[in-house]
Amino acid sequence: MWLLNSSIGKKLIMSISGVFLILFLTFHLCMNIAAVFSESAYNMICAFLGSNWYAVAGTLVLAAGFVIHIVYAIILTLENRKARGNDRYAVNVRPKNVEWSSQNMLVLGFIVLGFLVLHFAQFWYKMMFAELMGHHEVELGGQMVGTTEGATFIKYYFSQIWIVIAYLAWYVALWFHLTHGFWSALQTIGWNNTVWFNRWKVVSDVFATVICLGFAFVTIAFYLKSLCGGACC
Amino acid sequence: MDKNINITLKVWRQKGPREKGAFETYKLTDVSQGSSFLEMLDILNEQLINDGKEPVVFDHDCREGICGMCSLYINGHPHGPDTSVTTCQLHMRRFNDGDTITIEPWRSAGFPVIRDLMVDRTAYDKIIQAGGFVSVNTGGIPDANAIPIPKKDADLAMDAAACIGCGACAAACKNGSAMLFVSAKVSQLALLPQGKVEAARRAKAMVAKMDELGFGNCTNTRACEMECPKDISVSNIARLNREFIWAKLKD
Ligand code: HEM
Ligand code: SF4
Ligand code: FES
Repeated sequence: MWLLNSSIGKKLIMSISGVFLILFLTFHLCMNIAAVFSESAYNMICAFLGSNWYAVAGTLVLAAGFVIHIVYAIILTLENRKARGNDRYAVNVRPKNVEWSSQNMLVLGFIVLGFLVLHFAQFWYKMMFAELMGHHEVELGGQMVGTTEGATFIKYYFSQIWIVIAYLAWYVALWFHLTHGFWSALQTIGWNNTVWFNRWKVVSDVFATVICLGFAFVTIAFYLKSLCGGACC
Repeated sequence: MDKNINITLKVWRQKGPREKGAFETYKLTDVSQGSSFLEMLDILNEQLINDGKEPVVFDHDCREGICGMCSLYINGHPHGPDTSVTTCQLHMRRFNDGDTITIEPWRSAGFPVIRDLMVDRTAYDKIIQAGGFVSVNTGGIPDANAIPIPKKDADLAMDAAACIGCGACAAACKNGSAMLFVSAKVSQLALLPQGKVEAARRAKAMVAKMDELGFGNCTNTRACEMECPKDISVSNIARLNREFIWAKLKD
């Protein structure tokens, strides 16, 4: 099967799974922005995306997307190291116009992955997973909280400065991954030419910046809210 | 003004494909900056022969940037620090008095070292043999203008055809990928009516050969494009991806 055997086929899997993850991130951001402006709206979304069959199915598809992306990231990187050969150059120079991120996608990916584990432990495990286990309340910082009260979770975690900093660092890694990933995915699909090349690169940078600033905005907004104890807004 | 300079060379020496290689250091004095890089290596070899030592083996032929025979990874760049030139077109004026110049062979699993700085690039020939041609029945020479070709396509095909098959793309690539070369060879024909007829078969055959020979998977770092002596654009890689994916989807 060409999709699994050929180099371009494997890259296509990488790019489609990457684009899928990008679409998910975009959706996730929209959801988070809602939380800043209306916690009850956010909780409604959380209830809607609780342990219903469609939300669980969606989560499974998403998990499959991540697994495919990561498995292929590792396969491709290993194959590429082999293709490079055992003898390395003594002098290495990164040619101008070669993005640093393009040469460090696996490292960036693993940083993203590390935080995903943290993120899932903090939110998904205590929300959807707990519900699936038949709980409707979980313990959070010494209190019992409903599994669909997403806003309470956000407020709890983002009042802690180390978590805020960790998340911000994560967005930076994500930014680097996306500035290369976005246009690279389109190039892999073949949707590029001399004219669109620079356009896609600009779109990549703008998109990655909007996504990451958006997430950062939500994180910082909740931290600031926690400082004033909710009295300021 | 060109001066005479003194330089130190660190050159990769390796007796054979299976021998272990190492860097040797040589000093050259009074090298004219007006000489070419390969002339400088000729001077080095003359000096080595006079000393009763083995000369450094390196590939070269036309020495005017058209044959694709010269290689050399000089100070971290395939074809040296200059842009858009081959090693044979590189001049010593790009270097200063007292410089140390490190010269390595192409390093890629697809291009094993034969000796010293010479590598085996027949892998690229095999990829061409797999499909980089147009099948024609022999007969009278057709009129060049019988088939009208839009200027834009002719220009893009000509730009792709500038590839001399030197291998710098795979040598520069952290993934050891030959995609820039293959995409140039697929594009130069796929863009023209004469080549379109076999475009699908060609893309499939050449990519299959490239994968079989152990070249890596392109991750769009663009190092190839930046180091290519003929400025082949990575937009050709997008075209190759397109041609290949469509060809497979149509099967
Ligand atoms: C939210 C999470 C993620 C998103 C949105 C994302 C998105 C993308 C996109 C769009 C690409 C470009 C595909 C292409 O070049 O065709 C890509 C490439 C890559 N990703 Fe991710 N990714 C994510 C997470 C990860 C993780 C967790 C890993 C690894 C552990 C990873 C490793 C890689 C690698 C190594 C590449 C380069 C592979 C190549 O170009 O062949 N990514 N990613
Ligand atoms: S694409 Fe450029 S670097 Fe690669 S073989 Fe052709 S001329 Fe050499
Ligand atoms: S020797 Fe022919 S291109 Fe350099």
